[in-house]
Amino acid sequence: MSVLHVNNVSKSYGKHQILCNVQFSAQQGQIVGLIGPSGSGKTTIIKIVMGMDHPSAGNVEVLQKQVPDLRLLKQIGYMAQSDALYQDLTGYENLTFFASMFLMSKKEQQERISYVVNLVQLESAIKKRVATYSGGMKRRLSLAVALIQNPPLLILDEPTVGIDPELRKSIWQELTRLKNEEQKTIIVTTHVMDEAEKCDDLVMIREGRVITTGSPQKLKDDYQVTTLEEVFLKAGGEAHAHQSIS
Amino acid sequence: MRIRALVRRIVLQLVRDKRTLALLFIAPLLILTLMHFLFTSNGVPSKIGIEGLSSEMVERLEKLEIDVVSFQETSDIEDTIIDNELDGYLVSEGETLSLTVENTDPSRSNLLQAKIQQAISSGPSELVESGFKTNYIYGSEHTSFFDVLSPILVGFFVFFFVFLISGIGLLRERMTGTLERLLSTPIRRWEIVVGYLIGYGLFAIIQTIIVVVYAVNVLDMVLVGSIWHVLVTNVLIALVALSLGILLSSFAASEFQMIQFIPLVIVPQVFFTGIIPIAGMPEWLQIFSKVMPISYGANALKSIMYKGTGLSEVLTDLLVLIGFATVFIALNIVALKKYREI
Repeated sequence: MSVLHVNNVSKSYGKHQILCNVQFSAQQGQIVGLIGPSGSGKTTIIKIVMGMDHPSAGNVEVLQKQVPDLRLLKQIGYMAQSDALYQDLTGYENLTFFASMFLMSKKEQQERISYVVNLVQLESAIKKRVATYSGGMKRRLSLAVALIQNPPLLILDEPTVGIDPELRKSIWQELTRLKNEEQKTIIVTTHVMDEAEKCDDLVMIREGRVITTGSPQKLKDDYQVTTLEEVFLKAGGEAHAHQSIS
Repeated sequence: MRIRALVRRIVLQLVRDKRTLALLFIAPLLILTLMHFLFTSNGVPSKIGIEGLSSEMVERLEKLEIDVVSFQETSDIEDTIIDNELDGYLVSEGETLSLTVENTDPSRSNLLQAKIQQAISSGPSELVESGFKTNYIYGSEHTSFFDVLSPILVGFFVFFFVFLISGIGLLRERMTGTLERLLSTPIRRWEIVVGYLIGYGLFAIIQTIIVVVYAVNVLDMVLVGSIWHVLVTNVLIALVALSLGILLSSFAASEFQMIQFIPLVIVPQVFFTGIIPIAGMPEWLQIFSKVMPISYGANALKSIMYKGTGLSEVLTDLLVLIGFATVFIALNIVALKKYREI
């Protein structure tokens, strides 16, 4: 089942074009990686999928509904690049606050909070203020917030940027588990190639254009190379050459 | 329910931010106290001569800490005042009272007049109706200045601190990315604005109560009208400050830029509150005062605290304040579109 469908999306601010005919989709129970260097337009794509920004052309469908739609936001768990937590509040209070935004009952709130807290292993620190948390704990709490309403679609913008390898590993284990056991669809942006290997499907982006898509293995076979890095360079080179001819 | 969660969160955050709380609740008191000592003459009670007053009136005057000296038929009031070193001389002329003040110290004269007004107000109504007229030995009624200042100050502090703190509150939410995250939930834009208004509004009301009660009871600020009317006016001023603060914060990229709005937005308002008489300004400048929210608030507070009028007399000012708040709130809801279309 197709959970997300990005259809020919372009975006420009004045004369400056940021996205050009971006097209990809995500199936249920898939991890889709948006791969590309900083400034390639990944975050803009995510903003458009969330309905926070609107495309200059094209459209986005999430769970068979047109974006933007306020009801869809309950279906999407969103984690931005910054941790976006209330530092003066405790981890528990942060979770309660965001849970309230989804109009959960008290009982449901309690259940979900204890579930996500257990998931990200923050039980011992949950009553402490976020200001006292380490960088890794904040990231984990941020992930817990994104999961609080049990959304079928998770959108994570650079979830592992600036964190230590151990924590990065545990976050990826968690994402894989969510995919396998709960059939969640996960969209992840990253510019780290070894993380790209863990995705089911990749969308490689350069200067606002999709240069190639496919599973990591298929891409490597197609381009007859051994690493995704080389795929990116080769596909990017071809797209670039193609672009200058046309 | 979302609004309640938002209000709860704002209250929790502010309660834990002790320094901001101190700025909100204690700083106005410190400044007011300082101004009080700078601008009011020392606590020597006023001494007046009276002629032909009822004994109840004398009693009321004495209750207000006025030293009363009785005289019989003075030929020259001015000479009597000067010879006896009186602050004023109050004569009953049939229905009306007539006060002559010495007036070398306008703030003292004003205090005396306010007290006499107060004494009359608590008396029989026909006296309240006719009031009293004042003659000046030196200067005129236009020499008054500092007593008019205090109601303005009360309104100004409420405006200033609420503006700053609510503006920075939303700004911080925007800068840390929590606003974006909040907007990734199904909350509606108006729910955010209303949540902010109520959350910070609660603190604004507490601040107003503290400032007014302190000013009236500790600093003995002139309050002829009702304290409730003062509170109502201040809450409206706070509402305008709140909505303007969060609106302008969307045009600031950092806390520093928010501070830069002070000379741009706050300082000009001070000039048009009536500290500098508006009537004496050139006409084109007077037009400016019409777009300054504080000028309406200050005008209403002056009427209530200094002249003792009721809410109905300052209704226009209050309605204009409500109008300002409504416009700012609507603009806030539109401004949030920048972060999420729907």
